[in-house]
Amino acid sequence: MTRPAADMATGTAAVRVTRSRRSALWGLIGAAVVVILLATLPYVVYADMTDLLVNAFILLVLASMWNLLAGYCGLISVGQQAYIGVGAYTVLVMAQNGINPYLAIPLAVLVAAAIAVPVSFLVFRLRAEYFAIGTWVVAEVFFLVLIRFRSLGGGTGTGLPGLALIDPVFRQALTYWSALAVAAAALLATYLLLSSRMGLDLTAIRDNEVAARSAGVRVTWAKRVVYIVSAAGCGGGGAVLIISQLNVLASAVFSVGWSAKMIFIALIGGVGSIEGPIIGTAIFTVIQQTLAQSGAWYLILLGSLAVVVAMFLPRGIWGLISSRLNLQVFPVGYWLHK
Amino acid sequence: MNWVNAIVQGILLGGLYALFACGLSLLFGVVRVVNLAHGDFAVLAAYLALVVITTTHVPALLTFVIVAPLFAIFGYGVQRLIIQKSLDVSPLTTLLVTFGLSVVIQNVLLVTASADSHSFDLGSLISASLRITPELSIGYVPLMIFVTAVVVLSGLQLFLSRTAMGRAIRASADDQEASSIAGVNTRHVFGIAAAIAFATVALAGLALGSSSSFDPSAGPSRLIFAFEAVIIGGVGSLWGTLVGGIILGVAQAVGAQIDPSGGVLAGHLVFLAVLALRPQGLIRARLAV
Amino acid sequence: MLEVRSLTVRHGYLQALTDITLTVASGETIAIIGANGAGKSTLLRSIIGLHRPSAGSIMLDGRDITVLPPHARVREGIALVPEGRRLFPSLSVEENLLVGRSSRRPGSWSLGAVYELFDWMGARRREPTIHLSGGEQQAVAVGRALMANPQVLLLDELSLGLAPTMVRRIYGVLPKLVKQGMAVLLVEQDVTQAMRIADRFQCLLEGRTTLEGKPADATKAQVEAAYFGLAGRTGPGSAA
Repeated sequence: MTRPAADMATGTAAVRVTRSRRSALWGLIGAAVVVILLATLPYVVYADMTDLLVNAFILLVLASMWNLLAGYCGLISVGQQAYIGVGAYTVLVMAQNGINPYLAIPLAVLVAAAIAVPVSFLVFRLRAEYFAIGTWVVAEVFFLVLIRFRSLGGGTGTGLPGLALIDPVFRQALTYWSALAVAAAALLATYLLLSSRMGLDLTAIRDNEVAARSAGVRVTWAKRVVYIVSAAGCGGGGAVLIISQLNVLASAVFSVGWSAKMIFIALIGGVGSIEGPIIGTAIFTVIQQTLAQSGAWYLILLGSLAVVVAMFLPRGIWGLISSRLNLQVFPVGYWLHK
Repeated sequence: MNWVNAIVQGILLGGLYALFACGLSLLFGVVRVVNLAHGDFAVLAAYLALVVITTTHVPALLTFVIVAPLFAIFGYGVQRLIIQKSLDVSPLTTLLVTFGLSVVIQNVLLVTASADSHSFDLGSLISASLRITPELSIGYVPLMIFVTAVVVLSGLQLFLSRTAMGRAIRASADDQEASSIAGVNTRHVFGIAAAIAFATVALAGLALGSSSSFDPSAGPSRLIFAFEAVIIGGVGSLWGTLVGGIILGVAQAVGAQIDPSGGVLAGHLVFLAVLALRPQGLIRARLAV
Repeated sequence: MLEVRSLTVRHGYLQALTDITLTVASGETIAIIGANGAGKSTLLRSIIGLHRPSAGSIMLDGRDITVLPPHARVREGIALVPEGRRLFPSLSVEENLLVGRSSRRPGSWSLGAVYELFDWMGARRREPTIHLSGGEQQAVAVGRALMANPQVLLLDELSLGLAPTMVRRIYGVLPKLVKQGMAVLLVEQDVTQAMRIADRFQCLLEGRTTLEGKPADATKAQVEAAYFGLAGRTGPGSAA
């Protein structure tokens, strides 16, 4: 027997649903201001500062992309370095054929996305736990195949042509702006993805995949989209990487160490939020700058930190902050007001 | 080397890969954990054996008597203190934790033992071989490793099917909850399963040290080969890890015959082919291990 | 023998059980009845230790077992035949029974005793359990619980998915167990079946006790009201 809804809701006022809170709007405006300020840096600071930021931006892109996969799809990948390499080598090939490397960056993003499509069909056959190693094998295959091409430097690496005629200071500024652009674009894309209809699906998947599937969410399709976006972002990161280093070494660009860094940053900052990788990158960069000289010790520290954070602080530092202060800089959820 | 020789070497190599793979398969089949530090633990065992050899002068081939039980105890501790706690957070946390452990182990070894590669001094045994035909000879060490793999797999199979603890392990792997309400202390049982897995990892590490050289960064490639052997042979089957190991070994050996630097790639390609065409592997098995 | 005092159990945001109190004495059979989602299975699962209560306690023979893990409770003398049988698919019939002996409690139950209770089982003991019919699987599940030599036997929805004749056969072994002094607490969807074999019953609705007593004393109308929550309830959502 059913009763009219009004009766059932006796005693409760109507509920208002809005997209974002006032504070979150300020967060977005603040982010835009920060980007503009960052863009002025080449006029204000020395090149070693902008170089540091270039590396930080690359790491931020990579960590955000890893976080998309892990935090919203529950897919832990240890093989995104495959697409870093794809991005880097796409720029190399374009440059060897006369195209300006900076203009090749968007192309690198597209190529990485395109390659991710067939690969996704392969790696999705593996259950979540084995998916991690599967992605690693794919990265190894890319590496082993690429080093067979002498024209691309083989196993010993090669330099990036096409930038020799640009004034070094201007080149470093251009590289910095490209890195900033790629990082801003990656964060913007993540924000747009997560606040879209698909973002709602992804949050449902993150919370409870089985329930999401039975509610009609197309889980595999959503995961595939995220996998492709994540690959595209890593491709962009790889493109910026080769431009900033002016050369490429296959074993370095396809190294699983990139995955290690992505994981540490995302874990420490907080998996499953946009803000997490930003905080994680900041912390990681500080650690890297102060301890990089110690070589193995700094990796031991990072590895141990990752273990401890994963076990005891699963939502990372941002998770701690946002739950204490009920704060969200990028408004991707919904708020209920009574 | 000719083709027959290559294939035979590949088969024997499969024994080494099976030793690596059975620990990975056991841990996943029972505890549902993929240990990304699997290869690194094996390398750690090899370094531990080196320490045992230099301090006690025990012959290299007998170090397993000390190292394997030590590793079994170590594995029980890792399971109950680290892996179980990670499983309680979420099933995928174990991937992150074991990945972190992998980085820590590699760099601790780097700091304590340097990046130089080592191998066990087996004296004349290293090059000794059995001559079958003028073109075909089988090295004693690869043969011993293959036999060890078969013995270990048989032992595991017998243990799981004939003993009470083996039964408890299979039951807990089937249905952890039902097992606990039947009176099984599943956390302890998982610890035992991990202890056994780590003992096999120790044997694999010792086999590695006996057959080739190793350095602190040798772990990840071993993990990948173990994983490929498990997938090719079929997730959930112990003997499947031997079949998978052999196929991988043969693929690598034949690949190396075609192109000296193409062995590993050939193995990867065979793995990807199996993944694309027959993701459940080649041996269909019943549930659990 | 078994005492549940003011038990309250939460499932995430849902309060599955509120303030449940019951006792089962040696040789007694208590039935828990109620509609789907009333909390009957949650109650049994909480008694065996699969759910941690947020309030209340569970006592066995005067010993507080509220914080013990499941396998320790089996050692103390409780056994659960879970809903849906939950036999181990990669183990044979006999191996399933042997796992039930994991707690190594002393007592008269053994493989031989179980094969006597279910006379068809001995001949099929090496078969994988997936070859058995639903009723046969249910018998194996009961046997597995008996192998733990329990003082208190918990039965969760024995009749689910079984033909009526099968159900009667399974419940037919209960008198033997009860005569040996076992306390039986069973959850049953089929109210008639439950009332037929129970000494006392308790009806649950939305996690609370709505009626309890002896089957002979309760009228059909009383049971219906308690089952569906019809009598004397006001407020939203009380009509089905």
